Amino acid sequence: MDDILLYSLIVLGVLGGILAVILYIVAQKFKVEENPLIDEVEATLSGANCGGCGFAGCRAFAEACVKSAHDKNNINGLFCTSSDMTKVAAVLGLTVEVADPTIAVVRCNGTCENAPKKTHYEGADICAFAHTLFAGTNGCPNSCLGLGDCVKKCVFGAIHIDKEKGIAVIDEDKCVGCGTCTKACPRGIIEIRPKGKNNRRVYVDCVNTEKGAITMKNCKVGCIGCQKCLKECPFEAIEMRGTLAYINADKCKSCRKCVDVCPRGSIAAVNFPPRKPKVEVESVNNESKE
Amino acid sequence: MNNYLISGSPHIHGWESTKKIMYSVVIALMPAFLFSIYYFGFDAIRVTLISVAACVLIEWLIQKFLIKGPCTIADGSAIITGILLAFNLPSNIPAWMIIVGAIVAIGIGKMSFGGLGNNPFNPALVGRVFMLISFPVAMTTWPTPRPLLGDAWTDAITGPTLLGHLKEGISQGISANDLMVFENVQELIYSGSLGETGSLAIIIGGLFLILRKVIDWQTPVVIIATVALIATACWLIDPVHYVNPMIHIFSGGLLLGAFFMATDMATSPMTINGKIIFAIGVGALTIIIRLWGAYPEGMSFAILIMNAFVPLINKVCKPKRFGKPVK
Amino acid sequence: MNPKKTFPIGGVHPEENKLSSDKPIITFPIPKQVIIPLGQCLGAPADAIVKKGDEVKVGQIIGTAKGFISANVHSSVSGKVTKVDEIMDHTGYRKLAVFIDVEGDEWLEGIDTSDTLVKEITLSREEIINRVKDHGIVGLGGATFPTSVKLTIPKDKNAEFVLINAAECEPYLTCDNRLLLEKQNEFLVGVKILMKAVDAPKAIIGIEANKKKAAKQLHKIIKEDKYFKGIKVQLLQTKYPQGGEKQLIKACTGREVPSGKLPIETGCVVVNVASTYAIYEAVQKNKPLISRVVTVTGKSVKNPSNFMVRIGTSSTELIEAVGGLPENTTNIINGGPMMGKSVSVSEFPVIKGTSGILMMTDKEAQPRQAGNCLRCGKCVNVCPMGLEPYLLCRMAKNNMFEETEANYIMDCIECGSCEFTCPANIPLLDYIRYGKNKTGQLIRSRNQK
Repeated sequence: MDDILLYSLIVLGVLGGILAVILYIVAQKFKVEENPLIDEVEATLSGANCGGCGFAGCRAFAEACVKSAHDKNNINGLFCTSSDMTKVAAVLGLTVEVADPTIAVVRCNGTCENAPKKTHYEGADICAFAHTLFAGTNGCPNSCLGLGDCVKKCVFGAIHIDKEKGIAVIDEDKCVGCGTCTKACPRGIIEIRPKGKNNRRVYVDCVNTEKGAITMKNCKVGCIGCQKCLKECPFEAIEMRGTLAYINADKCKSCRKCVDVCPRGSIAAVNFPPRKPKVEVESVNNESKE
Repeated sequence: MNNYLISGSPHIHGWESTKKIMYSVVIALMPAFLFSIYYFGFDAIRVTLISVAACVLIEWLIQKFLIKGPCTIADGSAIITGILLAFNLPSNIPAWMIIVGAIVAIGIGKMSFGGLGNNPFNPALVGRVFMLISFPVAMTTWPTPRPLLGDAWTDAITGPTLLGHLKEGISQGISANDLMVFENVQELIYSGSLGETGSLAIIIGGLFLILRKVIDWQTPVVIIATVALIATACWLIDPVHYVNPMIHIFSGGLLLGAFFMATDMATSPMTINGKIIFAIGVGALTIIIRLWGAYPEGMSFAILIMNAFVPLINKVCKPKRFGKPVK
Repeated sequence: MNPKKTFPIGGVHPEENKLSSDKPIITFPIPKQVIIPLGQCLGAPADAIVKKGDEVKVGQIIGTAKGFISANVHSSVSGKVTKVDEIMDHTGYRKLAVFIDVEGDEWLEGIDTSDTLVKEITLSREEIINRVKDHGIVGLGGATFPTSVKLTIPKDKNAEFVLINAAECEPYLTCDNRLLLEKQNEFLVGVKILMKAVDAPKAIIGIEANKKKAAKQLHKIIKEDKYFKGIKVQLLQTKYPQGGEKQLIKACTGREVPSGKLPIETGCVVVNVASTYAIYEAVQKNKPLISRVVTVTGKSVKNPSNFMVRIGTSSTELIEAVGGLPENTTNIINGGPMMGKSVSVSEFPVIKGTSGILMMTDKEAQPRQAGNCLRCGKCVNVCPMGLEPYLLCRMAKNNMFEETEANYIMDCIECGSCEFTCPANIPLLDYIRYGKNKTGQLIRSRNQK
């Protein structure tokens, strides 16, 4: 009995030793020389592998950063929205300007209330398919279909389809502005815009290109291309893209004058504090006029 | 507004639905159930009801509290699992064992893989085999039939099944012929688990399913043919150690397995060719286990083993493609 | 006649519901206004060559084909163009269309509007094809592929058979059946024209067994008249998709179109019944494609009918003519129930591809809840192309387009048999269409590299 125990121990021990030696030799022989910086850079990244930077994953991005730093001594053009690029630069002994943080915005407000459903859809939960099948349950060919192609693509879990509204909604805290969703949307509704100061931003909440009269039938808040905002804007930040107004985020100073003049309520201003004082002033003005 | 329905074509659909298929199977199992009531009396109802109730309840609990998905118990698949599990049990099994079996069958065999259609193994058989290994005594002590209308209601005489009796006898060196003239052999024919006994009832149910196109005729026929072929060959070569093939076909769980468990949609191959390969495997393994294995009964193991091969069979047995370039 | 034939693998048999098969074709009155969309065929829409205020006559060209796969559009009425504007088509998207207010019924000169049968084919091969092209003839079965493209045989190939698709395997639709019953002679002359156009010695008319009457009549005429020598009537089993191009070729000739190739590989040119009739009209009567037979039907429809309709007539007028929209209509389909398209609004213009308008009530089109795949294999067994729909669906769902390509998703003919038979109500074809679309993009982008 003791013998068996002894032999087993010896055999296993020897076997283990031999295998350990083999493993060591193989590991040495096939060792890939890698810049240790890559690991360090990768450690500063978020590790989400979202692909927003244009590389296959965070590792590939880290490699590109190290290569760029080595070759050109800068990391211009390489940008990860979900990580702190200053840290990346610090690891590489470089400095970068802090870019404005960006965020995805769903430029459609065609909620069940604003754009009532005229038909109902039954079939595969794929926007890309429904888009080829018909214009959408509310009749607007540029509206959010609400089947969640963007939700499936978002690796940060920052998008969900609001059941009551029937459209995609972005979670501001989770969105890093990687832009994956913009490619997933068959109607190009989602746009990456600067987050804005204090998260305050103004944008046209519509991508509709139909004629005004038709838009009025489909949606209460669709842009009809009346150009009132264009005339109102003191900073020339608004341009017309066909029959659709578009706010250039670089020029926009978030004065919100366009929001006030829009007859359709198509322009969204988010995260602004409630406008109590101004409303009072307006009402006073109105009274004085009367 | 008009609220028309928009969907991709086709806009019409066949009569078949998951529910209809499942309840067809339940109906097809009824003759065998009635037969088991006739032979095992109240116990048959007790075991079946406990098993079905446990399976349905467990599926509901898992759907509601673990998966948090829509309730799927109405589709009837848990009822089938319950009935099939009960049909694989002896009539005097304690209730708590049935519940343990049901937890394993539904919880591990089915829901852990994502519910209906995603399970690689037949859930009822998973439960049954788990019970066979965990409670070997209770699972292999078969009460001799106590017919509903008979007089032997009071005492539970237990004995082996016919196949078990033969296996034990042959291993002790008694010839098959001598074993068949054993005095109690007539009683042993109907001994066994609930669903095994009524061969005719099972065949009626199976034919119903074939006519309703719920199952293909190939699977049961090939299984039975394979078993018959090997059993006959052995019997002809050595009638002393091997019994008449008819015994192999009509006793034990072969028919129940061939018609109801090997044909389970989720765990059998897609194409007819694949089904035939699957059926040959099930038949061959069953008879190999029965003749040369440790267990007198091999159907459940055979089906479970072949279940594991289904993805492979599906990969090999592709349908014949239209317009495939001729080499 | 020969015994019934069929295609070898798969297929389903939906309820036939040929409610209007005994209803003669009624010439629908010319409406007050027509809206003629410019994109009526598979391929590029036509360019409008009329503008607001123009006077047009019946048969006058109003849109010219743009590109190879495109077809001319003609005015179906005489009157004044009120505008060239966008119109919502059956999908809800807006397409350019010509709006014409009807004034009288004045035909363009040179068009023979009489009913006399012209048997003798005077035009040459090239002239026939040019005529078919100029007169805007497309496949009227629903796919609307320009027929002239089909008739132009590549130089290294030659056509042996003209196959006439008279299977009409779609349930409900009866327009081809009625044409065969009422215009047999014109139809057969059309077949002769096709044989001349593609230089094929033989023609086979593949007809499903549920249209025995039409088949017998045709057979009789062919037997009695030597002029129609070379044409054969082939009875086919009533099974869907018997009218699929590849299935029809296999059933009639026993030849199999290789994967990814066109029917001409097997020496066959397949043309639909309605197109054949239109070709007769175009070649012998110089009449462009300005009208077609439309089956307006449905189980709850009071009076299911077949109408000879001018292109551009509003669907609402047709629906009124059969007794109005039935109560509880949940689903209106442009085409047949297996391959037609559901419409968002009940008002859309009849175009060249509108073979039927089918109204289904809540009883027929019940909402379906998709369940888990049972892996029952029914979709695999009914697929006429021998594919594995459940697998393709699952791969497309997970965006695995290289795998879908390896599993021959591009062979799918989108017949819908798989979804028809699926007990779990999975929208298999939706996913497969999506997969086909994406796989096609993948293949194209790879070919560009």
